[in-house]
Amino acid sequence: MFETLAKSLPQLLEGLQTTLGLTILSLILGTLLGILLAAIRVYGRFPLPYLVMIYERVFRGIPLIVIFFLIYFGLSLQLGIGLDAFTAAIFGLGLRSAAYQAQIFRSAINSIPEGQMIAAKSLGMSKLESIQYIIIPQMLRLSIPGWSNEFTIVLKDTSIAFSIGVIEIMRQGRYIYVRNPDLTLYVLLLIGLIYFILVFSANKGLSYLEKKYKISGFEIGTER
Amino acid sequence: MIKEKKKLVMLVIIAMIVPAILLSGCVEEKDENKIIVGTSADFPPFEYVDETGKIVGFDIEMVTRILENLNYTVEVKDIAFESLIPSLQAKKIDIIAAGMSITEEREEEIDFSEPYYQADLSVLIKKGSGVEINASHDLDNFTASIANLTIGAQRTTTGADWVKEHLIDTGLMDNENLKLYDLYIDAIADLDIGPARLDAIILDLPVAQTFAEDPDREVVYTIITGEYYGLGVREGDTTFLEKINAQLDEFIGSDDWAALITKYFE
Repeated sequence: MFETLAKSLPQLLEGLQTTLGLTILSLILGTLLGILLAAIRVYGRFPLPYLVMIYERVFRGIPLIVIFFLIYFGLSLQLGIGLDAFTAAIFGLGLRSAAYQAQIFRSAINSIPEGQMIAAKSLGMSKLESIQYIIIPQMLRLSIPGWSNEFTIVLKDTSIAFSIGVIEIMRQGRYIYVRNPDLTLYVLLLIGLIYFILVFSANKGLSYLEKKYKISGFEIGTER
Repeated sequence: MIKEKKKLVMLVIIAMIVPAILLSGCVEEKDENKIIVGTSADFPPFEYVDETGKIVGFDIEMVTRILENLNYTVEVKDIAFESLIPSLQAKKIDIIAAGMSITEEREEEIDFSEPYYQADLSVLIKKGSGVEINASHDLDNFTASIANLTIGAQRTTTGADWVKEHLIDTGLMDNENLKLYDLYIDAIADLDIGPARLDAIILDLPVAQTFAEDPDREVVYTIITGEYYGLGVREGDTTFLEKINAQLDEFIGSDDWAALITKYFE
Protein backbone atom coordinates (compact mmCIF):
# COMPACT_ATOMS: atom_id res chain seq x y z
CA MET A 1 0.00 0.00 0.00
CA PHE A 2 2.66 2.50 1.03
CA GLU A 3 4.63 1.56 -2.01
CA THR A 4 1.75 2.41 -4.34
CA LEU A 5 1.12 5.62 -2.41
CA ALA A 6 4.76 6.60 -2.66
CA LYS A 7 4.74 5.82 -6.36
CA SER A 8 1.77 8.07 -6.97
CA LEU A 9 3.24 10.94 -4.99
CA PRO A 10 4.89 12.61 -8.02
CA GLN A 11 1.47 12.70 -9.65
CA LEU A 12 0.00 14.46 -6.61
CA LEU A 13 2.89 16.93 -6.54
CA GLU A 14 2.27 17.76 -10.18
CA GLY A 15 -1.31 18.60 -9.23
CA LEU A 16 -0.02 20.59 -6.28
CA GLN A 17 2.01 22.76 -8.66
CA THR A 18 -1.11 23.63 -10.59
CA THR A 19 -3.03 24.31 -7.38
CA LEU A 20 -0.31 26.63 -6.08
CA GLY A 21 0.12 28.41 -9.41
CA LEU A 22 -3.59 29.00 -9.61
CA THR A 23 -3.74 30.25 -6.01
CA ILE A 24 -0.82 32.64 -6.30
CA LEU A 25 -1.74 34.14 -9.66
CA SER A 26 -5.38 34.66 -8.79
CA LEU A 27 -4.44 36.18 -5.42
CA ILE A 28 -2.13 38.67 -7.16
CA LEU A 29 -4.92 39.64 -9.53
CA GLY A 30 -7.45 39.75 -6.70
CA THR A 31 -5.26 41.82 -4.40
CA LEU A 32 -4.26 44.44 -6.97
CA LEU A 33 -7.80 44.80 -8.21
CA GLY A 34 -9.14 44.68 -4.64
CA ILE A 35 -6.95 47.57 -3.52
CA LEU A 36 -8.00 49.61 -6.54
CA LEU A 37 -11.67 48.87 -5.94
CA ALA A 38 -11.47 49.70 -2.23
CA ALA A 39 -9.73 53.01 -2.93
CA ILE A 40 -12.33 53.92 -5.54
CA ARG A 41 -15.15 52.89 -3.25
CA VAL A 42 -13.92 55.20 -0.47
CA TYR A 43 -12.33 58.11 -2.36
CA GLY A 44 -13.72 57.93 -5.88
CA ARG A 45 -16.04 60.52 -7.39
CA PHE A 46 -19.61 59.81 -8.40
CA PRO A 47 -20.53 57.45 -10.11
CA LEU A 48 -17.42 55.29 -9.63
CA PRO A 49 -18.14 54.10 -6.07
CA TYR A 50 -21.56 52.91 -7.17
CA LEU A 51 -20.13 50.99 -10.10
CA VAL A 52 -17.65 49.33 -7.77
CA MET A 53 -20.47 48.51 -5.39
CA ILE A 54 -22.39 46.81 -8.20
CA TYR A 55 -19.28 44.85 -9.14
CA GLU A 56 -18.81 43.68 -5.55
CA ARG A 57 -22.44 42.68 -5.16
CA VAL A 58 -22.47 40.75 -8.41
CA PHE A 59 -19.25 38.83 -7.86
CA ARG A 60 -20.06 38.05 -4.25
CA GLY A 61 -23.51 36.92 -5.25
CA ILE A 62 -22.64 34.39 -7.97
CA PRO A 63 -21.36 30.91 -7.15
CA LEU A 64 -17.78 30.36 -8.26
CA ILE A 65 -18.69 27.55 -10.64
CA VAL A 66 -21.08 29.88 -12.48
CA ILE A 67 -18.32 32.49 -12.76
CA PHE A 68 -16.02 29.83 -14.18
CA PHE A 69 -18.61 28.72 -16.71
CA LEU A 70 -19.36 32.33 -17.71
CA ILE A 71 -15.70 33.10 -18.34
CA TYR A 72 -14.72 29.79 -19.90
CA PHE A 73 -17.80 28.93 -21.98
CA GLY A 74 -19.79 32.16 -22.08
CA LEU A 75 -16.98 34.40 -23.36
CA SER A 76 -15.97 31.94 -26.01
CA LEU A 77 -19.50 31.16 -27.19
CA GLN A 78 -20.81 34.72 -27.29
CA LEU A 79 -17.75 36.92 -27.75
CA GLY A 80 -15.28 34.54 -29.33
CA ILE A 81 -12.69 35.00 -26.58
CA GLY A 82 -11.28 31.51 -26.22
CA LEU A 83 -9.31 31.48 -22.98
CA ASP A 84 -7.63 28.27 -21.96
CA ALA A 85 -8.95 26.62 -18.82
CA PHE A 86 -6.08 27.68 -16.55
CA THR A 87 -6.33 31.37 -17.52
CA ALA A 88 -10.10 31.30 -17.21
CA ALA A 89 -9.72 29.84 -13.72
CA ILE A 90 -7.27 32.60 -12.73
CA PHE A 91 -9.70 35.27 -13.88
CA GLY A 92 -12.64 33.55 -12.21
CA LEU A 93 -10.91 33.16 -8.86
CA GLY A 94 -9.16 36.53 -9.11
CA LEU A 95 -12.20 38.59 -10.04
CA ARG A 96 -14.29 37.01 -7.30
CA SER A 97 -11.52 37.36 -4.76
CA ALA A 98 -11.15 41.05 -5.71
CA ALA A 99 -14.76 41.61 -4.71
CA TYR A 100 -14.18 40.05 -1.29
CA GLN A 101 -10.79 41.67 -0.80
CA ALA A 102 -12.23 45.08 -1.65
CA GLN A 103 -14.40 44.69 1.46
CA ILE A 104 -11.43 43.71 3.61
CA PHE A 105 -9.40 46.68 2.36
CA ARG A 106 -12.30 49.10 2.63
CA SER A 107 -12.91 48.27 6.27
CA ALA A 108 -9.18 48.71 6.89
CA ILE A 109 -9.25 52.13 5.20
CA ASN A 110 -12.27 53.15 7.22
CA SER A 111 -10.49 52.29 10.45
CA ILE A 112 -7.75 54.84 9.68
CA PRO A 113 -8.70 58.18 11.30
CA GLU A 114 -9.84 60.74 8.78
CA GLY A 115 -7.53 63.34 10.29
CA GLN A 116 -4.60 61.65 8.57
CA MET A 117 -6.00 62.41 5.16
CA ILE A 118 -6.58 66.02 6.13
CA ALA A 119 -3.09 66.25 7.60
CA ALA A 120 -1.55 64.83 4.45
CA LYS A 121 -3.38 67.35 2.30
CA SER A 122 -2.29 70.19 4.57
CA LEU A 123 1.29 69.09 3.94
CA GLY A 124 0.70 69.65 0.24
CA MET A 125 0.13 66.08 -0.86
CA SER A 126 -2.35 65.47 -3.61
CA LYS A 127 -5.23 63.07 -3.05
CA LEU A 128 -3.54 60.26 -4.99
CA GLU A 129 -0.27 60.84 -3.15
CA SER A 130 -1.96 60.72 0.23
CA ILE A 131 -3.71 57.50 -0.69
CA GLN A 132 -0.49 56.04 -1.99
CA TYR A 133 1.86 57.09 0.82
CA ILE A 134 -0.38 57.47 3.87
CA ILE A 135 -3.46 55.32 3.49
CA ILE A 136 -2.41 52.22 1.55
CA PRO A 137 0.64 51.26 3.66
CA GLN A 138 -1.43 51.39 6.84
CA MET A 139 -4.36 49.69 5.16
CA LEU A 140 -2.17 46.77 4.07
CA ARG A 141 -0.93 46.21 7.62
CA LEU A 142 -4.41 46.38 9.07
CA SER A 143 -5.88 43.98 6.56
CA ILE A 144 -3.49 41.06 7.06
CA PRO A 145 -5.86 39.01 9.30
CA GLY A 146 -8.77 39.34 6.89
CA TRP A 147 -6.54 38.72 3.92
CA SER A 148 -5.17 35.48 5.33
CA ASN A 149 -8.75 34.18 5.45
CA GLU A 150 -9.15 35.09 1.82
CA PHE A 151 -5.94 33.24 1.01
CA THR A 152 -7.24 30.00 2.50
CA ILE A 153 -10.56 30.38 0.69
CA VAL A 154 -8.91 30.89 -2.68
CA LEU A 155 -6.51 27.99 -2.09
CA LYS A 156 -9.30 25.59 -1.27
CA ASP A 157 -11.61 26.80 -4.03
CA THR A 158 -9.03 26.04 -6.71
CA SER A 159 -10.39 22.48 -6.68
CA ILE A 160 -13.58 23.78 -8.30
CA ALA A 161 -11.49 24.68 -11.35
CA PHE A 162 -11.58 21.05 -12.39
CA SER A 163 -15.14 21.64 -13.60
CA ILE A 164 -13.62 23.47 -16.57
CA GLY A 165 -10.74 21.03 -16.94
CA VAL A 166 -7.88 22.33 -14.80
CA ILE A 167 -6.08 19.25 -13.49
CA GLU A 168 -5.20 20.26 -9.94
CA ILE A 169 -4.29 18.19 -6.92
CA MET A 170 -7.78 16.89 -6.16
CA ARG A 171 -8.19 15.58 -9.70
CA GLN A 172 -4.76 13.97 -9.70
CA GLY A 173 -5.75 12.28 -6.46
CA ARG A 174 -8.88 10.96 -8.08
CA TYR A 175 -6.82 9.44 -10.89
CA ILE A 176 -4.85 7.53 -8.30
CA TYR A 177 -7.77 6.08 -6.40
CA VAL A 178 -9.74 5.26 -9.52
CA ARG A 179 -6.78 3.07 -10.40
CA ASN A 180 -6.45 1.66 -6.87
CA PRO A 181 -9.88 1.76 -5.19
CA ASP A 182 -8.37 0.28 -2.00
CA LEU A 183 -6.34 3.45 -1.50
CA THR A 184 -9.24 5.90 -1.68
CA LEU A 185 -9.19 6.79 2.00
CA TYR A 186 -5.43 7.19 2.18
CA VAL A 187 -5.16 9.29 -0.96
CA LEU A 188 -7.87 11.63 0.31
CA LEU A 189 -6.22 11.87 3.72
CA LEU A 190 -2.91 12.67 2.03
CA ILE A 191 -4.51 15.44 -0.02
CA GLY A 192 -6.18 16.80 3.11
CA LEU A 193 -2.83 16.79 4.86
CA ILE A 194 -1.15 18.66 2.01
CA TYR A 195 -3.86 21.34 2.03
CA PHE A 196 -3.61 21.59 5.80
CA ILE A 197 0.16 22.04 5.78
CA LEU A 198 -0.15 24.77 3.15
CA VAL A 199 -2.86 26.68 4.98
CA PHE A 200 -1.23 26.23 8.36
CA SER A 201 2.20 27.44 7.30
CA ALA A 202 0.82 30.34 5.26
CA ASN A 203 -1.29 31.49 8.20
CA LYS A 204 1.70 31.20 10.54
CA GLY A 205 3.75 33.33 8.18
CA LEU A 206 1.02 35.91 7.81
CA SER A 207 0.46 36.23 11.54
CA TYR A 208 4.20 36.75 11.94
CA LEU A 209 3.95 39.58 9.40
CA GLU A 210 0.95 40.94 11.26
CA LYS A 211 2.92 41.18 14.50
CA LYS A 212 6.03 42.52 12.81
CA TYR A 213 4.22 45.28 10.96
CA LYS A 214 1.63 46.22 13.53
CA ILE A 215 1.17 49.95 13.89
CA SER A 216 2.19 51.10 17.37
CA GLY A 217 -0.64 52.69 19.27
CA PHE A 218 -3.12 51.35 16.73
CA GLU A 219 -3.95 48.04 18.37
CA ILE A 220 -7.49 47.44 19.40
CA GLY A 221 -7.28 46.41 23.03
CA THR A 222 -4.36 44.38 24.30
CA GLU A 223 -2.66 41.49 22.63
CA ARG A 224 -4.61 38.28 22.97
CA MET B 1 -3.17 68.68 -9.87
CA ILE B 2 -1.92 68.03 -13.40
CA LYS B 3 0.53 65.47 -12.04
CA GLU B 4 -2.33 63.71 -10.32
CA LYS B 5 -4.38 63.51 -13.51
CA LYS B 6 -1.40 62.13 -15.39
CA LYS B 7 -0.93 59.43 -12.80
CA LEU B 8 -4.60 58.50 -12.96
CA VAL B 9 -4.51 58.29 -16.76
CA MET B 10 -1.41 56.12 -16.57
CA LEU B 11 -3.11 53.82 -14.08
CA VAL B 12 -6.17 53.42 -16.27
CA ILE B 13 -4.02 52.71 -19.32
CA ILE B 14 -2.02 50.10 -17.44
CA ALA B 15 -5.22 48.56 -16.13
CA MET B 16 -6.45 48.23 -19.68
CA ILE B 17 -3.26 47.04 -21.33
CA VAL B 18 -2.20 44.37 -18.87
CA PRO B 19 -5.30 42.18 -19.23
CA ALA B 20 -5.24 42.70 -22.98
CA ILE B 21 -1.68 41.37 -23.18
CA LEU B 22 -2.53 38.54 -20.84
CA LEU B 23 -5.59 37.64 -22.88
CA SER B 24 -3.89 37.75 -26.24
CA GLY B 25 -1.14 35.48 -24.98
CA CYS B 26 -3.55 32.89 -23.72
CA VAL B 27 -6.00 32.55 -26.51
CA GLU B 28 -5.61 29.07 -27.86
CA GLU B 29 -4.52 28.73 -31.41
CA LYS B 30 -6.34 26.09 -33.34
CA ASP B 31 -4.53 23.80 -35.68
CA GLU B 32 -6.92 22.66 -38.42
CA ASN B 33 -5.59 19.14 -38.36
CA LYS B 34 -5.70 18.65 -34.62
CA ILE B 35 -8.69 17.07 -32.95
CA ILE B 36 -9.14 17.53 -29.23
CA VAL B 37 -10.85 14.58 -27.60
CA GLY B 38 -12.76 15.36 -24.42
CA THR B 39 -13.20 12.68 -21.80
CA SER B 40 -13.75 12.26 -18.10
CA ALA B 41 -10.92 10.01 -17.06
CA ASP B 42 -12.48 8.23 -14.12
CA PHE B 43 -14.42 5.44 -15.79
CA PRO B 44 -12.18 2.41 -16.10
CA PRO B 45 -11.73 0.53 -18.31
CA PHE B 46 -13.22 3.01 -20.77
CA GLU B 47 -11.02 5.89 -19.67
CA TYR B 48 -8.62 6.34 -16.80
CA VAL B 49 -5.13 7.62 -16.08
CA ASP B 50 -2.29 5.13 -15.84
CA GLU B 51 0.77 5.26 -13.57
CA THR B 52 2.67 7.44 -16.01
CA GLY B 53 -0.07 10.07 -15.94
CA LYS B 54 -1.32 9.27 -19.42
CA ILE B 55 -5.02 9.05 -20.22
CA VAL B 56 -5.73 5.55 -21.51
CA GLY B 57 -8.67 3.18 -21.88
CA PHE B 58 -10.95 1.51 -24.37
CA ASP B 59 -12.63 4.69 -25.61
CA ILE B 60 -9.37 6.58 -25.85
CA GLU B 61 -7.55 3.92 -27.79
CA MET B 62 -10.50 3.43 -30.12
CA VAL B 63 -11.04 7.10 -30.86
CA THR B 64 -7.31 7.73 -31.27
CA ARG B 65 -7.08 4.94 -33.81
CA ILE B 66 -10.09 6.20 -35.74
CA LEU B 67 -8.86 9.78 -35.83
CA GLU B 68 -5.35 8.79 -36.81
CA ASN B 69 -6.78 6.77 -39.68
CA LEU B 70 -8.40 10.01 -40.80
CA ASN B 71 -4.98 11.71 -40.61
CA TYR B 72 -5.74 13.91 -37.63
CA THR B 73 -3.38 14.51 -34.76
CA VAL B 74 -5.05 13.74 -31.46
CA GLU B 75 -4.94 15.45 -28.09
CA VAL B 76 -6.92 14.06 -25.16
CA LYS B 77 -8.25 16.43 -22.50
CA ASP B 78 -9.73 15.45 -19.16
CA ILE B 79 -12.79 17.49 -18.21
CA ALA B 80 -15.53 16.95 -15.64
CA PHE B 81 -18.24 14.75 -17.17
CA GLU B 82 -20.95 17.37 -16.73
CA SER B 83 -18.80 19.98 -18.53
CA LEU B 84 -18.18 17.84 -21.60
CA ILE B 85 -21.21 18.97 -23.59
CA PRO B 86 -20.69 22.71 -22.89
CA SER B 87 -17.01 22.26 -23.78
CA LEU B 88 -17.98 20.72 -27.09
CA GLN B 89 -20.39 23.52 -27.84
CA ALA B 90 -17.83 26.17 -26.91
CA LYS B 91 -15.34 24.48 -29.27
CA LYS B 92 -12.94 23.71 -26.45
CA ILE B 93 -13.01 20.11 -27.62
CA ASP B 94 -14.04 18.52 -30.91
CA ILE B 95 -15.31 15.11 -29.93
CA ILE B 96 -16.51 13.40 -26.76
CA ALA B 97 -15.33 9.88 -25.99
CA ALA B 98 -16.42 9.26 -22.44
CA GLY B 99 -18.60 6.17 -22.29
CA MET B 100 -21.49 8.54 -22.81
CA SER B 101 -24.88 6.90 -23.17
CA ILE B 102 -26.94 8.12 -26.07
CA THR B 103 -30.04 9.74 -24.62
CA GLU B 104 -32.77 11.87 -26.14
CA GLU B 105 -31.91 14.73 -23.84
CA ARG B 106 -28.30 14.82 -25.00
CA GLU B 107 -29.33 14.37 -28.64
CA GLU B 108 -30.95 17.78 -28.43
CA GLU B 109 -27.62 19.41 -27.67
CA ILE B 110 -25.06 17.39 -29.59
CA ASP B 111 -24.91 14.76 -32.32
CA PHE B 112 -23.94 11.18 -31.55
CA SER B 113 -22.08 8.73 -33.72
CA GLU B 114 -23.38 5.24 -34.33
CA PRO B 115 -23.33 3.34 -31.03
CA TYR B 116 -19.98 1.66 -30.55
CA TYR B 117 -20.75 -0.10 -27.33
CA GLN B 118 -23.89 -1.76 -26.14
CA ALA B 119 -24.09 -1.53 -22.41
CA ASP B 120 -26.41 -4.56 -22.38
CA LEU B 121 -25.84 -7.53 -20.14
CA SER B 122 -25.85 -11.13 -21.19
CA VAL B 123 -25.96 -14.65 -19.77
CA LEU B 124 -23.02 -16.91 -20.55
CA ILE B 125 -23.25 -20.65 -19.92
CA LYS B 126 -21.25 -23.81 -20.64
CA LYS B 127 -22.51 -25.54 -23.75
CA GLY B 128 -24.16 -28.90 -23.04
CA SER B 129 -24.17 -28.36 -19.30
CA GLY B 130 -27.92 -28.92 -19.22
CA VAL B 131 -28.65 -25.48 -17.84
CA GLU B 132 -32.09 -24.42 -19.08
CA ILE B 133 -33.05 -20.80 -19.48
CA ASN B 134 -36.38 -19.42 -20.56
CA ALA B 135 -35.15 -17.06 -23.23
CA SER B 136 -38.47 -15.29 -23.67
CA HIS B 137 -38.62 -11.54 -23.91
CA ASP B 138 -40.75 -11.41 -20.84
CA LEU B 139 -38.29 -10.41 -18.16
CA ASP B 140 -40.30 -12.05 -15.37
CA ASN B 141 -40.25 -15.46 -17.06
CA PHE B 142 -36.55 -15.11 -17.66
CA THR B 143 -35.66 -14.09 -14.12
CA ALA B 144 -37.78 -16.90 -12.70
CA SER B 145 -35.94 -19.41 -14.85
CA ILE B 146 -32.49 -18.40 -13.64
CA ALA B 147 -33.38 -17.83 -10.00
CA ASN B 148 -32.46 -21.38 -9.02
CA LEU B 149 -29.06 -21.30 -10.68
CA THR B 150 -25.71 -20.48 -9.22
CA ILE B 151 -24.74 -17.25 -10.90
CA GLY B 152 -21.37 -15.60 -11.15
CA ALA B 153 -20.50 -11.97 -11.78
CA GLN B 154 -17.59 -9.63 -11.42
CA ARG B 155 -17.60 -7.53 -8.29
CA THR B 156 -18.96 -3.96 -8.66
CA THR B 157 -20.07 -4.43 -12.26
CA THR B 158 -23.48 -3.68 -13.68
CA GLY B 159 -23.89 -7.45 -13.99
CA ALA B 160 -23.54 -7.95 -10.24
CA ASP B 161 -25.85 -4.98 -9.62
CA TRP B 162 -28.45 -6.47 -11.91
CA VAL B 163 -28.47 -9.81 -10.06
CA LYS B 164 -28.76 -8.07 -6.71
CA GLU B 165 -31.54 -5.80 -7.86
CA HIS B 166 -33.65 -8.27 -9.83
CA LEU B 167 -33.02 -11.58 -8.07
CA ILE B 168 -31.80 -11.11 -4.54
CA ASP B 169 -33.67 -7.97 -3.50
CA THR B 170 -36.89 -9.40 -4.90
CA GLY B 171 -36.41 -12.56 -2.82
CA LEU B 172 -36.23 -14.85 -5.85
CA MET B 173 -32.70 -15.98 -5.16
CA ASP B 174 -30.56 -16.71 -2.12
CA ASN B 175 -27.61 -14.43 -1.58
CA GLU B 176 -25.25 -17.41 -1.42
CA ASN B 177 -26.11 -18.45 -4.97
CA LEU B 178 -24.45 -15.32 -6.29
CA LYS B 179 -20.71 -15.78 -6.54
CA LEU B 180 -18.70 -12.63 -6.95
CA TYR B 181 -15.27 -12.68 -8.54
CA ASP B 182 -12.50 -10.13 -8.70
CA LEU B 183 -11.50 -11.25 -12.15
CA TYR B 184 -13.63 -12.50 -15.00
CA ILE B 185 -10.99 -15.11 -15.72
CA ASP B 186 -11.73 -16.85 -12.40
CA ALA B 187 -15.46 -16.90 -13.09
CA ILE B 188 -14.83 -18.39 -16.51
CA ALA B 189 -12.63 -21.09 -14.97
CA ASP B 190 -15.45 -22.07 -12.60
CA LEU B 191 -17.96 -22.03 -15.45
CA ASP B 192 -15.78 -24.38 -17.47
CA ILE B 193 -15.72 -26.86 -14.57
CA GLY B 194 -19.50 -27.03 -14.80
CA PRO B 195 -22.71 -26.71 -12.79
CA ALA B 196 -20.99 -28.14 -9.72
CA ARG B 197 -19.26 -24.81 -9.46
CA LEU B 198 -21.22 -22.32 -11.54
CA ASP B 199 -24.23 -22.43 -13.86
CA ALA B 200 -24.05 -19.06 -15.54
CA ILE B 201 -22.26 -15.73 -15.60
CA ILE B 202 -23.95 -12.38 -16.06
CA LEU B 203 -21.67 -9.85 -17.72
CA ASP B 204 -21.36 -7.13 -20.36
CA LEU B 205 -22.36 -8.39 -23.78
CA PRO B 206 -19.17 -7.57 -25.74
CA VAL B 207 -17.08 -9.28 -23.11
CA ALA B 208 -19.38 -12.31 -23.11
CA GLN B 209 -19.17 -12.49 -26.89
CA THR B 210 -15.42 -12.60 -26.70
CA PHE B 211 -15.55 -15.49 -24.23
CA ALA B 212 -18.18 -17.27 -26.35
CA GLU B 213 -15.72 -17.58 -29.22
CA ASP B 214 -14.67 -20.74 -27.43
CA PRO B 215 -17.04 -23.45 -28.79
CA ASP B 216 -17.61 -24.79 -25.26
CA ARG B 217 -19.44 -21.66 -24.14
CA GLU B 218 -22.43 -19.77 -25.43
CA VAL B 219 -24.38 -16.58 -24.84
CA VAL B 220 -27.97 -17.65 -24.26
CA TYR B 221 -29.67 -14.40 -23.36
CA THR B 222 -29.22 -10.67 -23.66
CA ILE B 223 -30.66 -8.51 -20.95
CA ILE B 224 -31.59 -5.31 -22.70
CA THR B 225 -30.69 -2.34 -20.56
CA GLY B 226 -31.25 -0.02 -23.52
CA GLU B 227 -28.00 1.85 -23.01
CA TYR B 228 -25.64 2.49 -25.87
CA TYR B 229 -22.44 4.48 -25.80
CA GLY B 230 -21.70 6.87 -28.63
CA LEU B 231 -19.09 9.44 -29.54
CA GLY B 232 -20.38 12.99 -29.36
CA VAL B 233 -19.71 15.70 -31.92
CA ARG B 234 -20.97 19.25 -32.33
CA GLU B 235 -24.42 19.61 -33.76
CA GLY B 236 -24.23 20.24 -37.49
CA ASP B 237 -20.68 18.91 -37.80
CA THR B 238 -22.05 16.38 -40.30
CA THR B 239 -19.07 15.76 -42.58
CA PHE B 240 -16.89 15.02 -39.57
CA LEU B 241 -19.58 12.76 -38.11
CA GLU B 242 -19.92 10.86 -41.38
CA LYS B 243 -16.19 10.23 -41.49
CA ILE B 244 -16.25 9.01 -37.89
CA ASN B 245 -19.21 6.73 -38.56
CA ALA B 246 -17.56 5.23 -41.63
CA GLN B 247 -14.44 4.51 -39.60
CA LEU B 248 -16.45 3.07 -36.71
CA ASP B 249 -18.34 0.85 -39.12
CA GLU B 250 -15.13 -0.52 -40.49
CA PHE B 251 -13.47 -0.87 -37.11
CA ILE B 252 -16.22 -2.60 -35.13
CA GLY B 253 -15.95 -6.36 -35.55
CA SER B 254 -12.43 -6.26 -36.97
CA ASP B 255 -9.54 -8.14 -35.42
CA ASP B 256 -8.19 -4.93 -33.92
CA TRP B 257 -11.56 -4.40 -32.31
CA ALA B 258 -11.49 -7.87 -30.77
CA ALA B 259 -7.98 -7.25 -29.54
CA LEU B 260 -9.06 -3.99 -27.94
CA ILE B 261 -11.95 -5.70 -26.16
CA THR B 262 -9.65 -8.45 -24.94
CA LYS B 263 -7.17 -5.87 -23.70
CA TYR B 264 -9.61 -3.82 -21.67
CA PHE B 265 -12.46 -6.09 -20.65
CA GLU B 266 -10.85 -9.33 -19.64
